[in-house]
Order: sequence, then C-alpha cells, then structure tokens
Amino acid sequence: MRLVILEDYDLASEWAAKYIRNRIIQFKPSAERYFTLGLPTGSTPYGCYKKLIEYHKCGDISFKYVKTFNMDEYVGLPCQHPESYHSYMWNNFFKHIDIDPANAHILDGNAEDLEAECQAFEQKISEAGGIDLFVGGIGPDGHIAFNEPGSSLVSRTRVKTLAKDTIVANARFFGNDLSKVPTMALTVGVGTVMDAREVMILITGAHKAFALYKAIEEGVNHMWTVSAFQQHPRTIFVCDEDATLELRVKTVKYFKGLMHVHNKLVDPLLSMKDQ
Amino acid sequence: MTGNVAPEDLWVREGRILDPEKLFFDEQGYADKRVDCGGNIIAPGFIDVQINGGYGIDFSQASEDVSGGISFVGKKILEHGVTSFCPTLVTSPPAVYHKVPHLQSYKIFELFSFQLTVSKRSSHNEAVLFQVLPNIKVYNGGPHGAGVLGFHLEGPFISVEKRGAHPEHCLRTFKYGGLQDLMEAYGSLDNVAMVTLAPELAKSQSVVQELCQRGITVSLGHSVANLSQAEEAVQHGASFITHLFNAMLPFHHRDPGIVGLLTSDQIPAGRTVYYGMIADGIHTNPAALRIAHRAHPLGLVLVTDAITAMGLPPGRHTLGQQVIEIQGLHAYVAGTTTLCGSIATMDMCVRHFKHASGCSVEEALEAASLHPAQLLGISNRKGKLDFGSDADLVFLDDALNIQATYISGEEVWRK
Repeated sequence: MRLVILEDYDLASEWAAKYIRNRIIQFKPSAERYFTLGLPTGSTPYGCYKKLIEYHKCGDISFKYVKTFNMDEYVGLPCQHPESYHSYMWNNFFKHIDIDPANAHILDGNAEDLEAECQAFEQKISEAGGIDLFVGGIGPDGHIAFNEPGSSLVSRTRVKTLAKDTIVANARFFGNDLSKVPTMALTVGVGTVMDAREVMILITGAHKAFALYKAIEEGVNHMWTVSAFQQHPRTIFVCDEDATLELRVKTVKYFKGLMHVHNKLVDPLLSMKDQ
Repeated sequence: MTGNVAPEDLWVREGRILDPEKLFFDEQGYADKRVDCGGNIIAPGFIDVQINGGYGIDFSQASEDVSGGISFVGKKILEHGVTSFCPTLVTSPPAVYHKVPHLQSYKIFELFSFQLTVSKRSSHNEAVLFQVLPNIKVYNGGPHGAGVLGFHLEGPFISVEKRGAHPEHCLRTFKYGGLQDLMEAYGSLDNVAMVTLAPELAKSQSVVQELCQRGITVSLGHSVANLSQAEEAVQHGASFITHLFNAMLPFHHRDPGIVGLLTSDQIPAGRTVYYGMIADGIHTNPAALRIAHRAHPLGLVLVTDAITAMGLPPGRHTLGQQVIEIQGLHAYVAGTTTLCGSIATMDMCVRHFKHASGCSVEEALEAASLHPAQLLGISNRKGKLDFGSDADLVFLDDALNIQATYISGEEVWRK
C-alpha cells in the first residue's frame, strides 16, 4: 500500500484530486475506451470534489469519457430528498461537470426489487469493463461503503441494514430525529471494491484515526472491513496528520519519508489542455 | 419568507423553470444550450399592478387603437424588467368600459339599467365611440411585450373627497350592493384582475364579496374609510391597498384609517393585506416608506402608477388636454409646481426602495415580483424561480440595473 500523509484536510483533498486528475488524463479516455471511476459520498471527499470541479472549470480535465459508479444509496429515501446520495452527487459534483448523465450510475434505493437492482449494478460494472479507480472513505468503525463490521470480505452489491452507530451518526442530517433516518441501504460489497484495478481510500480527521490504525496496522478482519485492502495489489491511503494519531511513530515516519516518491504521482500535474 | 441570492445555474425548458436534478437522473438529459449570464443576478420578472400608461399612451383614453397602445407600452416596459402588468383604468365615462351604442355627441347618459334608453333623435351627429375594456383580453407576454394579467379598474366607486385627479362627474355609488352595480359600470368583469373601491360607500361590502368570489382582487383606495370599515372590507375579502398614504385619510393615532391595516389584528388567519407603494421618492417621503416597510415588510408591493408622460424625454409635452413639463423624475402641470403623476419606471422604484429603506437585495426584488404575484394569487407560476414557474426573468447587475429581460425562457430585451 501507499500511505500518503498530508498536513491537513485541504492538502489531502488536493492531493487526492490531483491523483485522480492525472490518472484520468494518462488513461486518455475516449468514446471507445471510457475511464471508470468508483465514487464515495460524505464529508471526507467533499474537498476532493471541489478541487476536481475547479480543475474542470479551468479546462484542465473533462469527464466526458468517464463513467462513474457510486458506492451506496439509502433505501426508501426519495431521490429528491436533500440527504439522498443522488442529491449529494448532483449538488457536489455532477451539476458542475460535463459528465454524460447516462454514465453516472447510482444504486436506486427505491427500486421495486432491491436484489435485482444490486445484481443489475454489478452487471453494469462488468459491462463497463470493471472499475479503473475506486475512491472510498472509511467510517469510524472501519467500514468501507456500508459494509458494516461483520460484513463478508468477499461480499458483492447487496442490501444492508445499518448499524446503530451509523444511524445515530446520520441523525444530524435528519433533524436529529432517529425515526427519520433510513435503516437500510444498498451498498457495493467489499469484494466489489476489491475487484477494482486500483483503490484510493481518503481518511481525514482524528475521529478516523483508530479506524486507520485497525485497517493498516492490525490484521485483515471482517470487523474492520477496510483492512481487506491489505490484500489488494494497488491501494493508496490518503490522509491528514490527524488521521495518523493512532499509528506507530515508525509507520508514520517511514511513509512520510517516501513523500518525494509519492509526489511524483501528482507532479508533473497533467492537463487536457496539453493534449 | 424572503429568498436568497445564491450562485446557481437556472434551467429552463418549454418556457418553465426546470429541475435539473430530475432531468439528470430521471431523463438522463442535459443542457442543449448554455447562456453565460456574466455574474448577473437573475430574479423573477417584475409585475406592475398599477400603471396608467406611458410613452404618450393613456390607457383610460379610448382611441382608435386601444390594444395597439397597450401593446406599445407593454413592449417598452420590458426595458424596466416588467414581464407582466395590469393596465390600469382610472375613473372614466361608461363608454370607456363598455359598448354604449348610438349616443349623440359625447354626452354621458346615466344608465338606469343594462338595457339602454336610446335617444331617438337623428343620428347625423353620431359620434364614433371607442371602448377600452372590451377590446383587451388577458394575454401572455413574449417578444411582443409584457403579459397582460388583466385590468386594474381604479374607480369609479371611490370617494369624492379623495378622488385626486379622477373626474368627479364619473364617480358612482352602489345602488344595489351587488353584481348589477358592477355590470352597469363595467359591462363585463372578464379580463379584470383588480378593482379599487372605497369601502365606506354604502352597500360596498357585498360588492367586495361578489368580486372576490370571481377571483378578482379587491383593493381599498381613494377613500375616507376608517380602520373598522377597512377591516370589514378585508374580512369580506379585500386584500390590497392602492398607493398607501396617497388618496386616503392620514394616519391618526386614534384612528389609523386604512393605513392601520398594516398592523391590524382583525385580518383573518392565513391572509395577508398587501399595499402598493410608489417608491419614486416623490409621492411618498422616504421616512413614510420606511415606516410602512418596517411595520409590514411582507406586504409591500412596488407599483409605478405611471402616467402617460412616463418614458418621455424631459421638457414640455401635450398629452390630451394637458401640457406637462418633465424635469428629472418630476412631472408637473406645465408652468406650475403641481405634480400630475408618477413617471418613475419599475426598476427605478426597486433601486429607490432599496436605497431608502436599507433593505436587502432580495427584499427589494421580492417587492416587485413575489409580492404582486402573491397578491394576485398567481405565485404558483409567477414571481418565483421555483421549478415549474414560468421562466419570466430579469437579469440585473449588482446595482440593480436591468441587463436583460426574458419571458417564458426567451430573451425579449437586452441592454
């Protein structure tokens, strides 16, 4: 794995956005060969999305030949609801860029047959040729997407019931009314993300520090599902200083010492204007 | 509730404001055409519910080409950001309102019933009479000009003491207290959006009810009503005050009169009393404007009450029987210091209102768009930028100067 440590949230968001930008441009996507991107939601990737939008508005990157697959969506929440992940992606990303709406895939939490919806999603991913880069976050309990503690590490896209912790954490978006928080979600499985050719996990903030420790310094464990990526050939963890607070000093020093190598991935910064 | 100015894109399809998120996810659609608005403010188009004419045209003056006159003004006011308006007719002879056949010369007959008693004398002097009211229908705006929402009939059922410039011999009272009074005066209530009347007139309350039942906004004005008479009218359905402070009793601390409606506790629940303000800095002292705004900010509706001389260049103009002198924003009877009406344009009123009251940009814009739409009960399609609203828009710079006007999503004027 690569562990890329930046000083703060903004710098971590920027590094991650630069990496995504370079990967897309290097790939030289076209109508015959789309770049497939897996995407997260939540407060962690917010800064990264803002940077990507900035790069797009400057003309440095286009999403015309990019296909996206979001990780998850609540069950039973109307699409238009301000807390749905459809709304999040529209407001924080899609409306600002030039992606073709037909290429922006998000699980439909209001589908009549949820299982069929999940299977169809897996099908769409394989029809698109698999995911080139799956970007994700991590929950305080170490979950990736809604793969709560105890999820199979080879799971596929399915319906999950949310853990109590997650529901309580989400209550703040629903007027602190627990009865209004969705209790189920559709989510890609750990196995689904593992199938991606490359995985990038964004982790920022002191409240995620313990989860990061469990994910990379302890063993592979279904109670901390992000730990599964120890067995993926190409994973990058991008984090800020606060997220490293529970790691060994030795680990942090080692990876900080490698920053000059990591930075070669984002410098030189490529632009579509040069193509 | 006051809205917010926020950086956003506005999406329009088939003349209505579109929800782009729905377009993206449900239809997998995207924009066919993009317009760069250069950082302008996009606001709902302005709605003027009291305008008597302009550019030399007087709506109350029956002429050969009434609809042409209204259209001409309708096209010019696009420059002021007005996308819908209510052409206003001041108290006029019956002929202006409805067909009066075979009248000799211009003598005005008292109408005793809807069936006229026609003079049987020879008709060699038969005058050709032009009507106004029956010639105009409600119509949508477009590149041809702002939309007509319906007439505002200011009079003839008004107070003689507060008639202002309205001709005394044309004033009327209510004989029957019902529909018949209205039919005798106006002939038809089709294409009428608003009626201004004085609620102290006997038998007015049932007339107020008749009008409200027909969806016509009733406004109180040109009146010496006290507060309870005004409140009674509101309880029967009246919802507007015509040019607050002008042509009514002044505020008195023991009987606030019509002005007291702004803070009355007798307004039925869920209803708002709106009030027109001519914010040209001349017809209302800015301090009075501020008192009204602070007392009842959500009810303030900007109106121009513009007269024929609006839009004409400075100097002397002969309009009908009058010679008017225009100096800046003042229109005087030539050779005197008597004001003869307002010539401010709607966008000037918006800027002056903001400056004089210190209100926010949003409040100033809402007073010219949202509030008149709410008053007329059309806020489901006008006066807002909600999804589904008609795409009647005005682009403004930060100083609230009009840069462009759109109706149903089509550009109809650009600076």
